[in-house]
Amino acid sequence: MNVVGIDCGAKYVKALVLEDDKIKAKSSVLSGFDQKAAAQEALDKVLEQASLKKEDIAYITATGAGKEEAVFAQGTITEVGANAKAVNILFPSVRTVIDVGAEEGRSIKINEKGKVVDFAINEKCAAGAGTFTETMARALEVKLEEMGALSLKSQKSVPMNAQCAVFAESEVVSLIHAKHAKQDIVRAVHDAIADRIASMTRKIGIEKDVALVGGVARNIGFVDSLKRDLKQELFIPEEPEYSCALGAAFAAAEKAKGG
Amino acid sequence: MLAHYGYKDGSGEYFIIIDTDKCDGCEECVTACPVGVFEVGEDENDPFREEPVAKVSEDHRKKIKYSCAPCKPVSGRKSLPCMNSCDPDAISHSW
Amino acid sequence: MEKEYWRWPESKWTSSDIDWKDGDIISAGVDVGSVSSQAVVLIDGKLYSYSNFRTGSDSPESAQKVMDKAMEETGLSQDKIHYTVGTGYGRVNVPFAKRAITEIACHARGANFMYGPTVKTILDMGGQDCKAIHCDEKGKVTNFLMNDKCAAGTGRGMEVFADLLSVPIEDMGRLSFEVDEEPEPVSSTCVIFAKSEAVGLLRKGWAKEKVLAAYSSAMAHRVVELLERIKVEKDFAITGGIAKNEGVVKRIEAELKIKALEAKHDTQIAGALGGALFAKALIEKERGLR
Repeated sequence: MNVVGIDCGAKYVKALVLEDDKIKAKSSVLSGFDQKAAAQEALDKVLEQASLKKEDIAYITATGAGKEEAVFAQGTITEVGANAKAVNILFPSVRTVIDVGAEEGRSIKINEKGKVVDFAINEKCAAGAGTFTETMARALEVKLEEMGALSLKSQKSVPMNAQCAVFAESEVVSLIHAKHAKQDIVRAVHDAIADRIASMTRKIGIEKDVALVGGVARNIGFVDSLKRDLKQELFIPEEPEYSCALGAAFAAAEKAKGG
Repeated sequence: MLAHYGYKDGSGEYFIIIDTDKCDGCEECVTACPVGVFEVGEDENDPFREEPVAKVSEDHRKKIKYSCAPCKPVSGRKSLPCMNSCDPDAISHSW
Repeated sequence: MEKEYWRWPESKWTSSDIDWKDGDIISAGVDVGSVSSQAVVLIDGKLYSYSNFRTGSDSPESAQKVMDKAMEETGLSQDKIHYTVGTGYGRVNVPFAKRAITEIACHARGANFMYGPTVKTILDMGGQDCKAIHCDEKGKVTNFLMNDKCAAGTGRGMEVFADLLSVPIEDMGRLSFEVDEEPEPVSSTCVIFAKSEAVGLLRKGWAKEKVLAAYSSAMAHRVVELLERIKVEKDFAITGGIAKNEGVVKRIEAELKIKALEAKHDTQIAGALGGALFAKALIEKERGLR
């Protein structure tokens, strides 16, 4: 049996086909300014990759901030619920899930069954999400993909006072003018966002083990800063950006089985 | 004077409000707060006030949501040590 | 050099009726802001001169420059000024100031002078902050908040849009009314998210003016929310650079259903003016007059 989970995130739409609880195909499409079209494209792509037709899919569950844009989905699940489900299956020992996406950060406490016990969200402010790093990368004229590696080269973090992405942009520019090494500024950027994510996570109480998911988990510099702040090892899936779509697909499978 | 320290951003509204007319500068809040949010000193906003007054320290004003997070867990929240410590009831929180 | 869209024109004024040589108390206030700085000179508590210029990268230098501009062509020199108060974001960087006082206290005092004792609520939107102040009939602060953490609702938010739309900041207000009907406000508070929302609207074919209208009303709504936290009481005045942006001012007035008072002088001088008034009071205190 084939099901689809689709995650309409702020930056990318991710779709995933699950065949008997195994990942069969994945696709990722830029959300752009027409997310409805992006969702359709992500679905078409993933079906093509899996050599399936829409009729072959037993159930489609959508998640993500733009879940309503996936008009072809039969059901929806919250991002919190989807992540809890996915992480519980990937890493059964995890009790705390941290999800950092482009525009939102979430900390979720789950029990051994993957049921959500508690959660905290940062939304509608770029300072607590991936957009912060992206904006700083632009100010630093560093490619976003290179931020992580650059950050790891740094031995010291320079202090950053601005708590707003817009103000931090000018602070970064003045740090460059003050001749601070780029890697140190990059590390300061990662430390700053990690500090905000860690503090949000402490609000729900950190229980071991801890997993990190969402696209920003790809950034090794951020991962390093977060580990240092939390003094915790982090479980990170191989493709952390698909965690939410995977959870949605598991939810779809349950529905298809009549759950 | 009601002094609002903190901010409002897209994610919400986070202010600690100190009623400077009630505050007697006793410094109890300074010791009660586990993360050092408060300080007592000259009233920056009333140049003619002679008595010291409590305020939120500069370091915490722009990140008060995070500074106060340890006392504000999502569930099982207890009363706040700063407010408990304040006899004249001069401290309140907006969130 | 890259074209700058985001600064207000500079200004300078000197009274034609007052001769400083007749003055008993000469006091000054210097407000060093993030984008612009102002200096005000009072002769016996009467407005004598002021200047409003850009803040450079060096605060003490900017303070000196704006002070010099206020004294230009008057024959007045620094040593004749009895007391100077520094205020604003760079207030501790005014080397010739005897005392630094917060912009909250100074704005209330300055607005009380500029608009008269009926002013109870003051909104000041600066380059990097937004202040909502409630004061009594003497200009003493009774309730305030200052938001300098988040760029939304500050001059900076407008600058981002001035840049994005390539519209000079002094034209933004006028252009924001060149729409057939008022669009829905931009939904994001966060300037970064509002900017990407605006890019999306432009791609959808919205005219610049319509995007400006949508952002101006979002900004107005945002500051009204801040004002409501301290409670709005008549009379109401708006100071700072944003007071010059009618696109935001008119929308704030519409939402509050209160008209803001009109100022006779540059609205950006309120802080420096308050500083100069405090300076006068402090001299009187020193001389044992109060």
